[in-house]
Formats: sequence, C-alpha cells, structure tokens
Amino acid sequence: MKAIISLGAWLFNWLEAVGRAGIFLVQSVCRLPVRFGESVNLLVKQLYSVGVLSLVIILVSGAFIGMVLSLQGYSILAKFGSEEAVGQLLALSLLRELSPVVTALLFAGRAGSSLTAEIGLMKATEQLSSYEMMGVDPLRRVIAPRFIAGVICLPLLSLIFSASGILGGQLVSVGWLGVYDGAFWSSMQQSVHFDTDIMNGVIKAVCFAVVVTWIAVYQGYECVPTSEGIGKATTRTVVLSSLAILALDFVLTAAMFGDF
Amino acid sequence: MVDAYIRVNDLSFFRGDRAIYENVSLTIPKGKITAVMGPSGTGKTTLLRLIAAQLVPNAGTIFVDGKNVHALSRSELYKVRKKMGMLFQSGALFTDMSVAENVAFPMEEHTKLSAKEIAAIVSDKLHSVGLRGAAKMMPAELSGGMARRVALARAIALDPELVMYDEPFTGQDPISKGVLVKLIRQLNDSANITSVLVSHDVKESLSIADHVCILAGGRVIAEGSAEEIRASADPQVRQFLNGEPDGPVPFHYPEDNDVDDIGDNDGPISVASKSNKDGAVQ
Repeated sequence: MKAIISLGAWLFNWLEAVGRAGIFLVQSVCRLPVRFGESVNLLVKQLYSVGVLSLVIILVSGAFIGMVLSLQGYSILAKFGSEEAVGQLLALSLLRELSPVVTALLFAGRAGSSLTAEIGLMKATEQLSSYEMMGVDPLRRVIAPRFIAGVICLPLLSLIFSASGILGGQLVSVGWLGVYDGAFWSSMQQSVHFDTDIMNGVIKAVCFAVVVTWIAVYQGYECVPTSEGIGKATTRTVVLSSLAILALDFVLTAAMFGDF
Repeated sequence: MVDAYIRVNDLSFFRGDRAIYENVSLTIPKGKITAVMGPSGTGKTTLLRLIAAQLVPNAGTIFVDGKNVHALSRSELYKVRKKMGMLFQSGALFTDMSVAENVAFPMEEHTKLSAKEIAAIVSDKLHSVGLRGAAKMMPAELSGGMARRVALARAIALDPELVMYDEPFTGQDPISKGVLVKLIRQLNDSANITSVLVSHDVKESLSIADHVCILAGGRVIAEGSAEEIRASADPQVRQFLNGEPDGPVPFHYPEDNDVDDIGDNDGPISVASKSNKDGAVQ
C-alpha cells in the first residue's frame, strides 16, 4: 500500500515538474523581444558560445566515429566480398542514427552543462533577481536567446558531424584499406535518399535539440543557488538529457523506420 | 510625520511552517533614509523582496507610493519597479558586460535616449560614485567595494524614487564603508530619493538613518529616529546595539528548534517559479 502511495506521489511530483518546465518554456519563447537589434546581438553571442565553440569536439568525434565504422564495416563486408558497400553502411548509419544521437550526447555534455552552470551562477549571484528588479524579464533576456541558439545549433552540428564522419571513413576505407574510390561514393549516392535519410536525421536532431536545451536552461533556472546546488543541477542536465535522447531516439526511429 | 512612501500593513510571511513575519506593520517616510536593522536571519532581505513584490506575503498588504504592489498586473508591476533601484548584497553586476555597459543597461532597456545621451549619463553616474576611471573595466577586475559602488551607479541610473540597499556595508573595509555612507547620504539628499537600508552594521546605519526600525523574531521591536533608538531602554534593543553575547536573544540556540528568527538567506529566493510555494511571483 505504501509503495503505491509513494509511487503516486512520485508520479504527481513528476507531472508537476514537467508542467512547470512546460510553462517555463512557453513563457520564455513566446515573450516577444522589445528591441529587435539587441535580441539579435544576444542570439549571435549565444550561437557562438553554444555552437561555434562546440565545433572542435564535433569534428574530431565525427572523424573518429567514421574511421571506426569503416574499419568494423570493412572487416565484415570483406567476408562477403562486398567491401564497396562500406560507403553505404557509413552514410546510412551516420545520417540516420549516429550523427543526431552522438552529437546530441556530446552537445549535452559540452554546451548543456555549461548553460546550466552559467544560468545557475547568474541566479546565485542575484543577476537574475537584478534583471527582475530593473523591470527586465530574465526569461526573455537570459533564457530565450540560449534556448533558441541551442535549437539552431544542434541540427547544424549534427550535419557537420555526418560530413566529418564520412570523410574520416573515406580516409580509412579508401586511403588505407584500399576500397575503390568510385565504388565507395557511388554506393553511397545510390542508397542515401534525401527525404528519408537526411531529413529524418535532421528531424531527430531538432527534437533532441529542443529537449537537451530545454533541460539545460530549466535546470539552471530552477537550481538551488549554492555551489552544491549548481553542481547537482549540472549533473542532472547531463544525466537527464542523455536518457531523454536515447529514449526519444527509440521512439523516433520506430516512427520513422518502423513500418517494414 | 511626513508622508509615507511605503506602508506595510499587518504583514505575515511564512517560509514553510516558519513565520518570518507575523503581523508586522511599519512605514517608510518619503525622502528620508530608513534603516531596517536586526540580527542576521530576521528576514531583512525578505522584507526588501516583499516590497519589490518578488515574493508575495501570506497575509497583509504593502503599499508603495499608494499602490498595492501585490495586486498589480505583471506589466504594472514592472512599471513600478522601474521607479525602484536595488543594491544587492553581492552587487549582482552582469558579469558579461563592462562597468559602463552595466550602468547603461537599465537606460537602454527602458528609455529611448540615444547612445550619446546614455554615454553622458553613464559617465555622470559613474562620476558621482567616483569611478568614472573604471568605466572600461569588467566586473571581475573590481574590488568588492568598487563593485558595490558600480552597482549603486546602476541602481540610480533611471533616477528612481526609491533605492533599497541590501546590506551595503557587509564585507567592506572601513574606508569603503565610509565612502558608501557618504554616497548614500549624498544621493538621498541631492535627488530627493527615499532610501531603505537593510543592515546589521549598527554604527554606520545609525549614523545616516533618519528613521530606524529594528526587527527581531518576526516583529518590529523598536521604531523611531536614531536618537530615540540610541536612548531606548528595551533590553532586546540594547543587546543588539551594544553587541552583547547573551541577553533576551540567547547565546544558546534553542534545542527544540522552535524559533522563527532564522534564515532569510538560506534557500532559493525569488526569481524562479519554483518558490511559488513560498508565494513568489513570476
């Protein structure tokens, strides 16, 4: 009986938290900026810190994942004498699955955690209160540009990840393992479709972007403003985002590629 | 008695089950410096947040300039807040902006002044706190005292009618304290501002306050001019003013924890909607 009660209480709290986070998201995105020029400036600043500064980790990880995929794929495909198909394997697995998921995971660790910590520290040093006292809405000023920047950056980073992965894979399979260059590219060209493969990957990335950035800014805004509280909130951002990405990926994949 | 700028009527505020205030009433006269004093944790900062309507009381009303701040709509409230300046304990300067940008920020947000006019006002305000030379520095490069003076320049950027100071003297060296005392007095007199000062620094506060309220245990235990407070015979007031370790406020913390005079800096205050349980707005 007690277990049922505590389960109910837990569910209730969880629903309340989700509801609050939802209201928070709607409020921060729907409040229109007062001054357009300034909003653009704020957004550009965030695009830089969230997106451009994540480029290196995305490029390097993408290249390595492409290289590993080629090695693994080649060793199996070679048994069937179809090592040219490594191009197809590489492109499809990256575009459909690995790019959005791995990019989102890296993004949660690199950009999400720093967003949470930054906003949490702003709260701890009373900067958010200070905006309020000046009659400036902190949701509009602090949260909205960060959220929008995250949603713009992640899909782009995911595409960059794919490109970097394919080039890394080409380097290994063509340059090192000796797969014929023309066959590598043509098998890719034949099998990759723009709307089913590339677009589905982008849609996934957009969904992950919304979820990861939402979790990051909300955790920062709601954290207990002490050093311990900020630390916990940052950890929660990474853990919750990672779980959400993986679970959501299953749902999206089932919806997109599930009907055989 | 002069007009009251802020009138607090029968205010009660609870944090969880703990009463921070119970039926507190006080008035803050217009154009004067009012010092609200009391031991750490009597909810002095909470009072400022209640006045600014960042927190909502459980009972009672607060009128600022004739308006019940807790009954205002969001946009009306933001309008009232433009007439308030607040100096936070930590300064709360925006760390991603330079000193000059910090001071310019409220004007950029709320006025249609040109960049040139804003720059002139910024330089004027920074001059009045003696920091025009620091305009290009970043908040991280400032000493604690300088940061508080910049925050003061920012708080008065829109020429507010009310400036609230949250523990302005805490953690300041004697020279900075002296500078702040002088600045607060000067600003109050030259611009006819109403000032509310929350502090437990007895010497500095009594030296500039026109009107003093002493809070303890969720109640106002004394109210009057600085002279009246100094002459008070109330043992609790005497203990606070003279800093005696034992007296009506016991040295030993009660073991059943049944006190209501702890903690106003102990948790997530204001901004976030999370504290809605405590009655915060937003």
